[in-house]
Amino acid sequence: MKFDSIKAWFRQASFYAEEAYNAPYRSAIARAKREEDDLFMLLIFSEMMGVPNPASYYTLELQPLLMERFHDWHTRIGMPHSPLDNIKCC
Amino acid sequence: MNAIYLMLMGLGAMALGYFVYSKFICEKIFKVDPYFRTPAHEMQDGVDYVPTNKYILWGHHFTSVAGAAPIIGPAIAVIWGWVPAFLWVVFGTIFFAGVHDAGAIWASARNKAKSIGSLTGDIVGNRARSIFMIVIFLVLIMVNAVFAVVIAGQLINFPSATIPVWGAIVVALIIGQLIYRKLINLLLVTIVGVVALYAMIYVGPMLPLALPETLGPLSDNQSWIIILFAYAAIASLLPVWMLLQPRDYINGIQLFIGLILLYGAVLISGPEIVAPAFNTDLPAGTPSMIPLLFVTIACGAISGFHGLVSSGTTSKQLDKEPDVRFVGYFGAVGEGSLALAAIIAATAGFASLADWQSIYHSFGQGGVSAFISGGANILQQGVGMDTVLAQTLLTVMVVLFAGTTMDTGLRLQRYIFQEWGNIYNIGWMQKAVPATFLAVGSCLLLAFGAGGDGSGGMLIWPLFGTTNQLLAGLTLLVITVMLVKKRRPMWYTLGPLIFLLLMTTLALLTQLKSFYVKGDWFLFGLDLVVLAAAILVSLECTATLTKQIKANKANPVTDKT
Repeated sequence: MKFDSIKAWFRQASFYAEEAYNAPYRSAIARAKREEDDLFMLLIFSEMMGVPNPASYYTLELQPLLMERFHDWHTRIGMPHSPLDNIKCC
Repeated sequence: MNAIYLMLMGLGAMALGYFVYSKFICEKIFKVDPYFRTPAHEMQDGVDYVPTNKYILWGHHFTSVAGAAPIIGPAIAVIWGWVPAFLWVVFGTIFFAGVHDAGAIWASARNKAKSIGSLTGDIVGNRARSIFMIVIFLVLIMVNAVFAVVIAGQLINFPSATIPVWGAIVVALIIGQLIYRKLINLLLVTIVGVVALYAMIYVGPMLPLALPETLGPLSDNQSWIIILFAYAAIASLLPVWMLLQPRDYINGIQLFIGLILLYGAVLISGPEIVAPAFNTDLPAGTPSMIPLLFVTIACGAISGFHGLVSSGTTSKQLDKEPDVRFVGYFGAVGEGSLALAAIIAATAGFASLADWQSIYHSFGQGGVSAFISGGANILQQGVGMDTVLAQTLLTVMVVLFAGTTMDTGLRLQRYIFQEWGNIYNIGWMQKAVPATFLAVGSCLLLAFGAGGDGSGGMLIWPLFGTTNQLLAGLTLLVITVMLVKKRRPMWYTLGPLIFLLLMTTLALLTQLKSFYVKGDWFLFGLDLVVLAAAILVSLECTATLTKQIKANKANPVTDKT
């Protein structure tokens, strides 16, 4: 019983510490990550935009996996519908 | 008088302000609504807009606004005696700063969490927005220059702090890696980090480290300033998780430990205040108390910088609208209590009036060094800490704060330069490194331009204060216009706004005259720029408010929103 309450207290303290550590910088870090992800996506979809990619044989199978993120990207930069003809995500 | 009374009166008055006045302001004037959907919920994206627990948000808000400035300002301003400084810190916190901070979060939350800068554009007008950008830029330049000079001065005065100050950066770098790579639990890292920091503070006095008095053509002061800017430039280019985030975290913990220690020591030892209540024996060259008191205390009472934090990040994380009271107003109360601690340390930490006068021998003197040596004496009497150790502890506290503000400030300045590069299509200016060089260059120009040996930083302190107050004025203007549009009572924000603009303009004129008499053309020019901004802000206020009031009269339908 006592051990459990200590454990609960510890979990609570950990939660507050992590929040205190992460909350102020969450957005800056998430934004940096998003930028990196965008670059990766650009590599995957580069052939469709006319940029030759020697690794396209391998990146092709990644395309469906990135579909959702692609939709997220084009809405984020202000295009309500997919800009590419061969990707109809919405 | 005993400092305990001062402490109890100050803290009591601010608590009363929080429990009574802030309740009135938030419920009757801002009319915060617990069912209002805040931007954190409406636009939740896990990146910028994240509903956050109000205690966490308060901690974040308070530690981002509390820096070295609320210590420096009041510690300089006690030269007029402790009563004026005390009164302005307490009443300024209750009626100005709290309303301003809570109001800035509220205004931003009610407008899709836009920053005060773009709100100025939307609500007041594009001209006001341009003035706002210029004022922000000036504040950033000045704050970086002043803080570099302050840190350099303290590293020379208290060489025992050199090792812990730079060691703290190494600790932060290690913590950053440990947490980023998820190597150990955060709670454990926290304990290890804090222990490491205090161990270094303990070692510091045994190994005092000072730069040689001259390094080539440079004095030690100048070399420190250049080293500090080199550090800040590198730090501002690193990803935030590497240094800034762990440093901020440790600073926050340190702030609470420092405040508890100081107030605890005051309670235990009950030192007598040796400084005069009103200083009738002012050193020659001290400017008149009114209007200079208000701009000297600056962030100790109301600060425009808080509006930037409030509307930039805090409002995007606000979970429920009534939280603005705790986060904003109580955040300002926290800042006020730091300023109060600075006043107590700088007035009660000395053995006799003569000791105090020898430190405050001219205007701009005392300041942080008085806070550190006075505070150290109190700590020594109260908790029996060795004086040198206590000095090191307080120096580290102030320097780490000022340092974090410097690298954040440089980062923001870099963004401004990059944005200008974008607007005016200058390719190289859009890149991070050249923009950082421009930012550092402009700060160095000010630090050295204001006084040849780099000691001129303190000369611009009151000028920094005026710019900062102007920024606060613009935020208050935005809140007031919003209130008028909603047909609510406007005097609770308009009153402070008028007072601020009046005192700021008067202070600028006083300083303008003194720079002219001294023939300091560099600062004279800078003062003129700020004065022009102040006049433009006043004109904008009058024009916008009269227009809005006329519009209200022409259309007497009450707006229920």
